[in-house]
Amino acid sequence: MKFSILVSEGPYTHQSSDTAYQFAKAVLAKGHEIFRIFFYHDGVNNATRLTTPPQDDRNIINRWSKLAEENNLDLVVCVAAAQRRGIVDDGEMKRNGKDATNLAPGFRISGLGQLIEAGIQSDRLVVFGD
Amino acid sequence: MTTKKFMMVNRKAPYGTIYAWEALEVVLIAAAFEQDVSLAFLDDGVFQLKKGHNTKGIEVKAFEKTWGALEDYDVTKLYVSQEALAERGLTADDLAVPVEVLSRADIGKLMEEQDVLLSF
Repeated sequence: MKFSILVSEGPYTHQSSDTAYQFAKAVLAKGHEIFRIFFYHDGVNNATRLTTPPQDDRNIINRWSKLAEENNLDLVVCVAAAQRRGIVDDGEMKRNGKDATNLAPGFRISGLGQLIEAGIQSDRLVVFGD
Repeated sequence: MTTKKFMMVNRKAPYGTIYAWEALEVVLIAAAFEQDVSLAFLDDGVFQLKKGHNTKGIEVKAFEKTWGALEDYDVTKLYVSQEALAERGLTADDLAVPVEVLSRADIGKLMEEQDVLLSF
């Protein structure tokens, strides 16, 4: 089956992104396909590489990047939500005159249309939020 | 393009969190993709539709005008929970746009017919 996942909450404050990650791993372990993982609302904060949790805690951001690299996943951060919350890649830095970027490896910034497309193309779109 | 049935489920009050506002952005994009879009309003989500928002004091954008824009996008299926209205002392007359008031059970049936349910 072809799945897509929507992550609507930020890391650490809410468990949603942890659960989404565990679900994504389980989907892949069962041999299913993940079309896309989309990050919206505070979920975009899953994509900042500046996150530094204590050493004995999980690094939610690095975990996403690793999962994406190993499984060739499409991790998409909503551009409008990212702009509100200061998640920046090279393109956004130039476009909005910012002095830094913080997008973690394996993520890309794009529009909400990518979420709708995920809904159209996937057999199941599973939402992880509050 | 494939057309699917998308239902956006609005459960939160219009202010206090950003969910309602960002949900509306998803509605407009789904409509722009020519999907079969409907909206359900449950729990405190019914407050999103109430007439007479004044947000000057909290310095955030008010919702009300945006509901009028939905019609321009051919989004006309707005379902509101009868129980959620009643629990909050509201009736359909208190709402800014025409809606269909349904029982929770009937909204549940509509949910079963959807291809994609996004809850906010």
